[in-house]
Amino acid sequence: MYKYDEYDQAIVDARVGEFRDQVNRRISGEMSEDQFKPLRLMNGLYLQLHAYMLRVAVPYGTMDARQMHMLATIARKYDKGYGHFTTRQNIQYNWIKLDQAPDILAELATVEMHAIQTSGNCIRNISSDQFAGAAADEVEDPRPWAELLRQWSTFHPEFSYLPRKFKIAVIGAEEDRAAVKLHDIGLQLYRNDAGEVGFRLFAGGGMGRTPMIAPVIREWLPKGDLLSYVESCLRVYNRYGRRDNMYKARIKILVHEIGAAEYARQVEEEWAHVKTLGLDPPASEFERIAGYFAPPAYDADLPDTVDRTDPDFTLWIDQNVSAHKQPGYAVVTISLKPAEGIPGDASADQIDLMADLADKYGHDELRVTHAQNIVLPHVRKRDLHTIWQALEGAGLATPNLDLISDIIACPGLDYCSLANARSIPLAQKIAGRFADLDRQRDVGELKLKISGCINACGHHHAGHIGILGVDRKGEENYQLSFGGSAAEDTSLAKIIGPGFNEDGVVDAVEKAVETYRGLRTEGERFLDTYRRVGLAPFKEAIYG
Amino acid sequence: MKLVTGNDLESGDVVWWTGDGWSRHVADAVDAGHAGESIAATEEAARRVNSPYVIDATATADGPRPAHIKDRIRAAGPTVRPDLGVRPADANRGEWVI
Amino acid sequence: MGELLRYREDERHEEPAVTLDAFLGQTNATAVRLESDEDARALIPHLGQLALVEVSFPKFRDGRGFSAARILREAGFTGELRAQGDVLVDQIPLMRRCGFDAFAPEAAIDLDALERALGRYDDVYQKAADARTPVWRRRHG
Repeated sequence: MYKYDEYDQAIVDARVGEFRDQVNRRISGEMSEDQFKPLRLMNGLYLQLHAYMLRVAVPYGTMDARQMHMLATIARKYDKGYGHFTTRQNIQYNWIKLDQAPDILAELATVEMHAIQTSGNCIRNISSDQFAGAAADEVEDPRPWAELLRQWSTFHPEFSYLPRKFKIAVIGAEEDRAAVKLHDIGLQLYRNDAGEVGFRLFAGGGMGRTPMIAPVIREWLPKGDLLSYVESCLRVYNRYGRRDNMYKARIKILVHEIGAAEYARQVEEEWAHVKTLGLDPPASEFERIAGYFAPPAYDADLPDTVDRTDPDFTLWIDQNVSAHKQPGYAVVTISLKPAEGIPGDASADQIDLMADLADKYGHDELRVTHAQNIVLPHVRKRDLHTIWQALEGAGLATPNLDLISDIIACPGLDYCSLANARSIPLAQKIAGRFADLDRQRDVGELKLKISGCINACGHHHAGHIGILGVDRKGEENYQLSFGGSAAEDTSLAKIIGPGFNEDGVVDAVEKAVETYRGLRTEGERFLDTYRRVGLAPFKEAIYG
Repeated sequence: MKLVTGNDLESGDVVWWTGDGWSRHVADAVDAGHAGESIAATEEAARRVNSPYVIDATATADGPRPAHIKDRIRAAGPTVRPDLGVRPADANRGEWVI
Repeated sequence: MGELLRYREDERHEEPAVTLDAFLGQTNATAVRLESDEDARALIPHLGQLALVEVSFPKFRDGRGFSAARILREAGFTGELRAQGDVLVDQIPLMRRCGFDAFAPEAAIDLDALERALGRYDDVYQKAADARTPVWRRRHG
């Protein structure tokens, strides 16, 4: 994975000093909260219900063991012993003190980490496929491009006061594990008929108040033109994105209002000029970055089979272990969704343990997934049992990947100042209702996603089952929707009818699942059945 | 009754207006009556407490109880981590919030 | 009103800036003021006669002026490019990179904080409208 050189390190170190200066000016009273807020947000520091919250960037979700250990250290030293992995592959801490935030950044900088642009109306942390570099269906590892974009977007002078936040995702496979069409810009590397690899560029997707699936803006973009083209996309947005209404300020509204073809035309016109400015680094810079993402030194001639005599272990293998492109290797997804747990939360001890496992058995790599789990991308199959035992001992071996209890949930009203309803207790109740693992496995893949407000951090629009918490006359109320997907078959979930209270929505989810079980044909997931039969039978079962 | 609340600048802690200062415990909060908005404005200008605002609350035997669930959660801590709340030893805190 | 900060050697331009509409109607003005929703490209045919373009920042959150500045510099404008309005000290280093070389902030700027901010980063990641060399060029000589 990428390692900082002296330039990267100097920039991140200088950032610590800059933020310390800004914090000092705030604490001294020189700056008002109004003036300070955009500065602290540009550095991922929010003020939530109970305290400041610091969001630390995990660029494209990739970390090594040393970095993961640092996350544990920060949880222990500056927070209350845990952290929360987010749907944007980052980690956030819930109990931060303002005067300690610069010290945390200083500690992060020692392991080549930062909180730059994890909030604010700027280009946010670039997200990517958590299986990058390991997936069998990959055309090319997307992470060197994500790193190139990370550097280009860091303190971008023109795009730090955009109409609204801007999220970019990059993938290099046909299977979409990063929801590219639900990003402001989504980039997909693919091979054309001539055998060359280039980008397909989507723009104008997103969730939030007005969910939209991004249209293709450019079907084929040569790799070497990436930065100048993305710069052109951003410039059109910065100039013409709406600024009169924050709920209409995302690029998706611009693309929707003027149309994808007109937006593309404006971008092309801009690019005709911008590409002459020499903004694209030479190929040698890309090659330098790509060199850091060379495949690990795989062992040859490893056994490609796993001993399946232990039934609990076998269950975990079947659910949480995925195919790796290298014979003898596998990809492990560690579920952060234990029964009664908080989706995405991990204690400092658990974070340390995952780091140790990566160090010992995983070629020193970890990934954070947008579904709030952790991946060990390069694991020898012969080590799987040892890894599983270690995870089991730490409450990290729940075999529920992609099942109904593998719920995405935002922090909700338990922590978040924007939330209208709590998400976590609902996730816990639904997981509790389906506690029987055999039942979950019988139901099969079912992506349930909960947001505590319309901003959709819990990706409810993209859930096979999506739940949105709202405030109804001071009471928490939950709207249920079906049919969303964040995968390559991207779709937006539709609200099925009137909302429910917390227990009501748990019952409704159960009725929906039972309706599916009654209607499904061989091999159909909940989503497939819903798409085939439509809403009527589900509605009848729930409201009938 | 009306309470004034905000978050302490340095610690981020939820604080409640006590009549002559700020407390982390909602039980210490006083009825600001009609003065709420002016207290909030003065305190905002002093730049020690972030975004102070006025809320409705009910006076109970246990002290003021904010009208809205969001402020009750602010007063008590996250419902899913009672161990991290303002009064972790108080087993009945969850019922008070909901 | 804060004082005018200039990062230019030439004499301060004294002619008052006219609006874009007025400028496009009476083409002998040498200073023009661009509101944040106006198209900087409208000035491109006239850059040779302009000594000053003042770009308005009605609110610090309104970042359109950053693009306006780059567009003008990319088109070859060498006169004074002034950011006027709700301009905050922490924005000025980014504005310098976009090509602004004068600042007329509404509220006074803490000059010590500004000096620290301007000297903060020895290196930058991207090529912009200033003369700074991006790190990718330094890395590859």
